[in-house]
Amino acid sequence: MRRLLVATLLLALAGPTAASASEQRPTLADLEDEVVCPVCTPETLEQSNSAVADRMRAFIRQRIAAGDTKSEIKEKLVAQFGEQVLAAPSKRGFNLLAWALPLVGGLLAGVALGVLALRWRRGREPTGPLEASSNGRRPLDPELEQRVDEELARFDT
Amino acid sequence: MAARLKLLSQAAAVMVVALLIALLGWQIAKAEDARGLSAAVAAGKAPPAPGFVLESLEGDEEISLADFRGRPVVLNFWASWCGPCKDEAPMLQSAWERYDDRGLVVLGIDAQDLRVDGRRFAERYGLTYPLAYDGNGSTLGRYGLTGFPETWFVSRSGRLVGEHVTGALDEETLERNIQVLLGAE
Repeated sequence: MRRLLVATLLLALAGPTAASASEQRPTLADLEDEVVCPVCTPETLEQSNSAVADRMRAFIRQRIAAGDTKSEIKEKLVAQFGEQVLAAPSKRGFNLLAWALPLVGGLLAGVALGVLALRWRRGREPTGPLEASSNGRRPLDPELEQRVDEELARFDT
Repeated sequence: MAARLKLLSQAAAVMVVALLIALLGWQIAKAEDARGLSAAVAAGKAPPAPGFVLESLEGDEEISLADFRGRPVVLNFWASWCGPCKDEAPMLQSAWERYDDRGLVVLGIDAQDLRVDGRRFAERYGLTYPLAYDGNGSTLGRYGLTGFPETWFVSRSGRLVGEHVTGALDEETLERNIQVLLGAE
Protein backbone atom coordinates (compact mmCIF):
# COMPACT_ATOMS: atom_id res chain seq x y z
CA MET A 1 0.00 0.00 0.00
CA ARG A 2 2.82 2.31 0.94
CA ARG A 3 4.67 1.49 -2.30
CA LEU A 4 1.54 2.18 -4.29
CA LEU A 5 1.19 5.59 -2.68
CA VAL A 6 4.82 6.46 -3.41
CA ALA A 7 4.46 5.30 -7.03
CA THR A 8 1.29 7.39 -7.48
CA LEU A 9 3.01 10.41 -6.01
CA LEU A 10 6.02 9.96 -8.28
CA LEU A 11 3.78 9.62 -11.33
CA ALA A 12 1.82 12.72 -10.36
CA LEU A 13 5.07 14.65 -10.04
CA ALA A 14 6.60 13.25 -13.24
CA GLY A 15 3.58 14.17 -15.42
CA PRO A 16 3.84 17.95 -15.12
CA THR A 17 7.65 17.79 -15.20
CA ALA A 18 7.62 15.95 -18.55
CA ALA A 19 5.09 18.42 -19.95
CA SER A 20 7.16 21.32 -18.72
CA ALA A 21 10.33 19.85 -20.29
CA SER A 22 8.51 19.48 -23.60
CA GLU A 23 7.37 23.10 -23.34
CA GLN A 24 10.81 24.49 -22.46
CA ARG A 25 12.97 22.22 -24.64
CA PRO A 26 10.71 20.86 -27.38
CA THR A 27 11.80 18.37 -29.98
CA LEU A 28 10.58 18.24 -33.58
CA ALA A 29 8.49 15.19 -32.65
CA ASP A 30 6.73 17.22 -29.90
CA LEU A 31 5.50 19.70 -32.49
CA GLU A 32 5.06 17.56 -35.59
CA ASP A 33 1.74 16.12 -34.48
CA GLU A 34 0.39 19.45 -33.21
CA VAL A 35 0.89 21.37 -36.45
CA VAL A 36 -0.84 20.70 -39.77
CA CYS A 37 0.51 21.13 -43.26
CA PRO A 38 -1.41 24.14 -44.72
CA VAL A 39 -1.73 22.71 -48.23
CA CYS A 40 -2.71 19.19 -47.20
CA THR A 41 -5.04 19.80 -44.22
CA PRO A 42 -5.92 17.79 -42.15
CA GLU A 43 -2.57 15.99 -42.43
CA THR A 44 -0.17 16.87 -39.66
CA LEU A 45 3.51 17.55 -40.37
CA GLU A 46 4.20 14.08 -39.07
CA GLN A 47 2.02 12.57 -41.81
CA SER A 48 2.90 14.92 -44.65
CA ASN A 49 5.71 14.63 -47.18
CA SER A 50 4.82 17.84 -49.03
CA ALA A 51 7.45 20.46 -49.83
CA VAL A 52 5.88 23.02 -47.50
CA ALA A 53 5.82 20.47 -44.66
CA ASP A 54 9.58 19.92 -45.21
CA ARG A 55 10.16 23.69 -45.00
CA MET A 56 8.07 23.92 -41.83
CA ARG A 57 10.05 21.10 -40.23
CA ALA A 58 13.27 22.96 -41.13
CA PHE A 59 11.82 26.14 -39.59
CA ILE A 60 10.89 24.27 -36.38
CA ARG A 61 14.40 22.79 -36.14
CA GLN A 62 15.90 26.27 -36.52
CA ARG A 63 13.66 27.71 -33.81
CA ILE A 64 14.47 24.80 -31.47
CA ALA A 65 18.16 25.43 -32.05
CA ALA A 66 17.58 29.11 -31.32
CA GLY A 67 16.11 28.14 -27.94
CA ASP A 68 12.43 28.94 -28.54
CA THR A 69 9.82 27.25 -26.34
CA LYS A 70 7.06 25.13 -27.82
CA SER A 71 4.49 27.92 -27.41
CA GLU A 72 6.79 30.45 -29.02
CA ILE A 73 7.33 28.24 -32.05
CA LYS A 74 3.60 27.66 -32.37
CA GLU A 75 2.93 31.39 -32.11
CA LYS A 76 5.44 32.06 -34.89
CA LEU A 77 3.76 29.49 -37.11
CA VAL A 78 0.29 30.91 -36.35
CA ALA A 79 1.55 34.43 -37.15
CA GLN A 80 2.47 33.20 -40.62
CA PHE A 81 -0.10 30.57 -41.51
CA GLY A 82 -3.02 31.54 -39.26
CA GLU A 83 -4.78 29.57 -36.50
CA GLN A 84 -5.63 26.78 -38.95
CA VAL A 85 -2.02 25.62 -38.81
CA LEU A 86 -2.72 24.16 -35.34
CA ALA A 87 -4.04 20.61 -35.23
CA ALA A 88 -6.19 21.52 -32.20
CA PRO A 89 -7.71 24.99 -31.72
CA SER A 90 -6.14 27.22 -29.06
CA LYS A 91 -7.95 27.45 -25.71
CA ARG A 92 -8.76 31.16 -25.89
CA GLY A 93 -11.23 33.55 -27.48
CA PHE A 94 -13.75 32.18 -29.95
CA ASN A 95 -11.76 28.92 -30.23
CA LEU A 96 -12.72 28.13 -26.66
CA LEU A 97 -16.13 27.20 -28.07
CA ALA A 98 -14.59 24.19 -29.82
CA TRP A 99 -13.49 22.86 -26.43
CA ALA A 100 -16.57 23.92 -24.47
CA LEU A 101 -19.29 22.75 -26.87
CA PRO A 102 -18.58 19.00 -26.61
CA LEU A 103 -18.53 19.31 -22.80
CA VAL A 104 -21.79 21.29 -22.74
CA GLY A 105 -23.29 18.87 -25.26
CA GLY A 106 -22.28 15.89 -23.13
CA LEU A 107 -23.69 17.56 -20.04
CA LEU A 108 -26.99 18.35 -21.77
CA ALA A 109 -27.24 14.80 -23.10
CA GLY A 110 -26.64 13.49 -19.56
CA VAL A 111 -29.36 15.73 -18.14
CA ALA A 112 -31.77 14.71 -20.92
CA LEU A 113 -31.06 11.02 -20.27
CA GLY A 114 -31.60 11.55 -16.53
CA VAL A 115 -34.94 13.29 -17.12
CA LEU A 116 -36.04 10.52 -19.50
CA ALA A 117 -35.03 7.80 -17.03
CA LEU A 118 -36.93 9.58 -14.26
CA ARG A 119 -40.06 9.85 -16.41
CA TRP A 120 -39.83 6.24 -17.47
CA ARG A 121 -39.55 5.16 -13.85
CA ARG A 122 -42.51 7.31 -12.83
CA GLY A 123 -44.56 5.85 -15.68
CA ARG A 124 -44.01 2.38 -14.29
CA GLU A 125 -45.06 3.30 -10.74
CA PRO A 126 -48.72 2.73 -9.70
CA THR A 127 -50.81 5.85 -10.16
CA GLY A 128 -53.31 5.38 -7.30
CA PRO A 129 -52.56 4.91 -3.60
CA LEU A 130 -51.90 1.39 -2.52
CA GLU A 131 -54.42 -0.09 -0.17
CA ALA A 132 -53.29 -2.65 2.28
CA SER A 133 -54.56 -6.14 1.49
CA SER A 134 -54.33 -9.33 3.44
CA ASN A 135 -51.15 -10.49 1.67
CA GLY A 136 -49.57 -7.03 1.61
CA ARG A 137 -49.79 -6.82 -2.19
CA ARG A 138 -51.73 -4.41 -4.33
CA PRO A 139 -55.48 -5.28 -4.32
CA LEU A 140 -56.97 -6.72 -7.51
CA ASP A 141 -59.24 -4.75 -9.76
CA PRO A 142 -62.84 -5.39 -8.40
CA GLU A 143 -64.08 -6.48 -11.83
CA LEU A 144 -61.19 -8.92 -12.19
CA GLU A 145 -61.68 -10.16 -8.66
CA GLN A 146 -65.32 -10.84 -9.41
CA ARG A 147 -64.39 -12.81 -12.53
CA VAL A 148 -61.84 -14.88 -10.59
CA ASP A 149 -64.47 -15.63 -7.94
CA GLU A 150 -66.93 -16.72 -10.61
CA GLU A 151 -64.37 -18.98 -12.29
CA LEU A 152 -63.39 -20.55 -8.97
CA ALA A 153 -67.06 -21.08 -8.10
CA ARG A 154 -67.51 -22.85 -11.45
CA PHE A 155 -64.64 -25.18 -10.59
CA ASP A 156 -66.11 -25.93 -7.19
CA THR A 157 -69.38 -27.02 -8.75
CA MET B 1 -45.84 22.15 -19.40
CA ALA B 2 -44.14 18.92 -20.54
CA ALA B 3 -45.79 19.18 -23.96
CA ARG B 4 -44.61 22.78 -24.30
CA LEU B 5 -41.06 21.79 -23.34
CA LYS B 6 -41.13 18.98 -25.89
CA LEU B 7 -42.35 21.36 -28.60
CA LEU B 8 -39.63 23.88 -27.73
CA SER B 9 -36.85 21.29 -27.85
CA GLN B 10 -38.17 19.97 -31.17
CA ALA B 11 -38.21 23.52 -32.57
CA ALA B 12 -34.64 24.08 -31.33
CA ALA B 13 -33.47 20.83 -32.97
CA VAL B 14 -35.13 21.78 -36.28
CA MET B 15 -33.49 25.22 -36.10
CA VAL B 16 -30.04 23.74 -35.51
CA VAL B 17 -30.45 21.35 -38.46
CA ALA B 18 -31.72 24.21 -40.68
CA LEU B 19 -28.73 26.34 -39.65
CA LEU B 20 -26.29 23.54 -40.51
CA ILE B 21 -27.94 23.02 -43.91
CA ALA B 22 -27.78 26.79 -44.58
CA LEU B 23 -24.06 26.82 -43.66
CA LEU B 24 -23.39 23.90 -45.98
CA GLY B 25 -25.30 25.64 -48.80
CA TRP B 26 -23.34 28.84 -48.23
CA GLN B 27 -20.02 26.98 -48.37
CA ILE B 28 -21.01 25.18 -51.59
CA ALA B 29 -22.22 28.45 -53.17
CA LYS B 30 -18.93 30.15 -52.24
CA ALA B 31 -16.86 27.35 -53.79
CA GLU B 32 -19.05 27.43 -56.91
CA ASP B 33 -18.53 31.21 -57.21
CA ALA B 34 -14.76 30.78 -57.20
CA ARG B 35 -14.97 27.94 -59.74
CA GLY B 36 -17.36 30.04 -61.80
CA LEU B 37 -14.74 32.79 -62.02
CA SER B 38 -12.50 30.67 -64.22
CA ALA B 39 -15.43 29.62 -66.41
CA ALA B 40 -16.58 33.24 -66.74
CA VAL B 41 -13.09 34.32 -67.85
CA ALA B 42 -12.93 31.46 -70.35
CA ALA B 43 -16.31 32.60 -71.74
CA GLY B 44 -14.94 36.15 -72.12
CA LYS B 45 -17.35 37.61 -69.56
CA ALA B 46 -14.65 39.61 -67.72
CA PRO B 47 -15.94 39.20 -64.14
CA PRO B 48 -14.69 41.65 -61.48
CA ALA B 49 -11.47 40.54 -59.80
CA PRO B 50 -12.05 39.76 -56.08
CA GLY B 51 -10.48 42.53 -54.01
CA PHE B 52 -7.96 42.01 -51.22
CA VAL B 53 -5.70 43.89 -48.85
CA LEU B 54 -2.53 42.07 -47.78
CA GLU B 55 0.74 42.88 -46.09
CA SER B 56 3.74 43.23 -48.36
CA LEU B 57 6.23 40.36 -48.21
CA GLU B 58 8.64 42.68 -46.45
CA GLY B 59 5.89 43.48 -43.93
CA ASP B 60 6.42 47.23 -44.16
CA GLU B 61 3.23 48.24 -46.00
CA GLU B 62 -0.20 47.11 -47.12
CA ILE B 63 -0.90 46.13 -50.69
CA SER B 64 -4.42 46.33 -52.04
CA LEU B 65 -5.56 45.29 -55.49
CA ALA B 66 -7.58 48.51 -55.60
CA ASP B 67 -4.31 50.49 -55.42
CA PHE B 68 -3.60 49.41 -58.99
CA ARG B 69 -6.93 50.47 -60.48
CA GLY B 70 -6.22 52.16 -63.81
CA ARG B 71 -3.20 49.91 -64.50
CA PRO B 72 -3.17 46.45 -66.08
CA VAL B 73 -2.06 43.81 -63.56
CA VAL B 74 -0.53 40.36 -63.99
CA LEU B 75 -1.60 38.68 -60.76
CA ASN B 76 0.63 35.73 -59.95
CA PHE B 77 0.11 33.34 -57.00
CA TRP B 78 3.28 31.56 -55.94
CA ALA B 79 5.17 29.96 -53.04
CA SER B 80 8.89 29.44 -52.50
CA TRP B 81 8.47 25.67 -52.09
CA CYS B 82 6.75 25.35 -55.47
CA GLY B 83 9.04 24.05 -58.24
CA PRO B 84 7.36 25.60 -61.32
CA CYS B 85 7.28 28.98 -59.53
CA LYS B 86 11.05 29.03 -59.80
CA ASP B 87 10.86 28.60 -63.57
CA GLU B 88 8.42 31.43 -64.16
CA ALA B 89 9.84 33.98 -61.69
CA PRO B 90 12.55 35.29 -64.11
CA MET B 91 9.93 35.49 -66.88
CA LEU B 92 7.64 37.63 -64.73
CA GLN B 93 10.51 39.88 -63.66
CA SER B 94 11.47 40.38 -67.30
CA ALA B 95 7.85 41.27 -68.25
CA TRP B 96 7.71 43.79 -65.36
CA GLU B 97 10.87 45.50 -66.64
CA ARG B 98 9.84 45.34 -70.31
CA TYR B 99 6.33 46.76 -69.92
CA ASP B 100 6.96 49.20 -67.09
CA ASP B 101 6.71 52.16 -69.48
CA ARG B 102 3.24 50.99 -70.55
CA GLY B 103 2.00 50.96 -66.98
CA LEU B 104 1.88 47.16 -66.58
CA VAL B 105 2.15 45.87 -63.01
CA VAL B 106 3.21 42.38 -62.04
CA LEU B 107 1.81 41.63 -58.59
CA GLY B 108 3.01 38.48 -56.87
CA ILE B 109 1.17 36.87 -53.96
CA ASP B 110 3.33 34.57 -51.88
CA ALA B 111 0.80 32.26 -50.24
CA GLN B 112 0.92 29.42 -47.70
CA ASP B 113 4.63 29.94 -47.30
CA LEU B 114 7.09 30.90 -44.62
CA ARG B 115 7.73 34.60 -44.92
CA VAL B 116 11.49 34.17 -44.57
CA ASP B 117 11.48 31.62 -47.42
CA GLY B 118 9.43 33.97 -49.60
CA ARG B 119 11.89 36.80 -49.00
CA ARG B 120 14.84 34.55 -49.80
CA PHE B 121 13.11 33.46 -53.00
CA ALA B 122 12.52 37.07 -54.07
CA GLU B 123 16.15 37.90 -53.37
CA ARG B 124 17.47 34.87 -55.20
CA TYR B 125 15.49 35.66 -58.37
CA GLY B 126 15.98 39.42 -58.09
CA LEU B 127 12.23 40.16 -58.02
CA THR B 128 11.57 43.89 -57.88
CA TYR B 129 7.84 43.89 -58.65
CA PRO B 130 5.33 44.29 -55.77
CA LEU B 131 5.05 41.18 -53.61
CA ALA B 132 2.25 40.58 -51.13
CA TYR B 133 2.23 37.93 -48.40
CA ASP B 134 -0.79 35.69 -47.79
CA GLY B 135 0.48 33.11 -45.31
CA ASN B 136 -2.93 31.78 -44.34
CA GLY B 137 -4.12 31.68 -47.95
CA SER B 138 -7.09 34.02 -47.43
CA THR B 139 -7.21 34.99 -51.12
CA LEU B 140 -6.90 31.48 -52.53
CA GLY B 141 -10.53 30.45 -52.08
CA ARG B 142 -11.83 33.66 -53.66
CA TYR B 143 -9.73 33.08 -56.76
CA GLY B 144 -10.56 29.37 -56.84
CA LEU B 145 -6.92 28.32 -56.70
CA THR B 146 -6.22 24.61 -56.94
CA GLY B 147 -2.43 24.77 -56.75
CA PHE B 148 0.68 26.83 -57.39
CA PRO B 149 1.51 28.70 -59.48
CA GLU B 150 -1.62 30.27 -60.99
CA THR B 151 -1.92 33.54 -62.86
CA TRP B 152 -4.81 35.91 -63.57
CA PHE B 153 -4.85 39.06 -65.69
CA VAL B 154 -6.66 42.06 -64.23
CA SER B 155 -7.67 44.90 -66.57
CA ARG B 156 -7.41 48.62 -65.80
CA SER B 157 -11.04 48.60 -64.71
CA GLY B 158 -10.43 45.71 -62.27
CA ARG B 159 -11.87 42.90 -64.39
CA LEU B 160 -10.42 39.48 -65.11
CA VAL B 161 -9.53 39.13 -68.79
CA GLY B 162 -7.42 36.88 -70.99
CA GLU B 163 -6.86 33.40 -69.58
CA HIS B 164 -6.71 31.92 -66.11
CA VAL B 165 -3.39 30.10 -66.29
CA THR B 166 -3.04 27.15 -63.93
CA GLY B 167 0.51 25.86 -63.63
CA ALA B 168 3.71 27.44 -64.88
CA LEU B 169 3.54 30.19 -67.49
CA ASP B 170 5.50 29.95 -70.70
CA GLU B 171 6.80 32.96 -72.65
CA GLU B 172 4.14 32.66 -75.34
CA THR B 173 1.17 32.43 -72.95
CA LEU B 174 2.45 35.33 -70.88
CA GLU B 175 3.02 37.54 -73.93
CA ARG B 176 -0.38 36.68 -75.45
CA ASN B 177 -2.19 37.58 -72.24
CA ILE B 178 -0.20 40.76 -71.69
CA GLN B 179 -1.28 41.92 -75.15
CA VAL B 180 -4.93 41.19 -74.26
CA LEU B 181 -4.43 43.04 -70.98
CA LEU B 182 -2.88 46.11 -72.59
CA GLY B 183 -5.70 46.26 -75.12
CA ALA B 184 -8.46 45.88 -72.50
CA GLU B 185 -10.17 48.73 -70.69
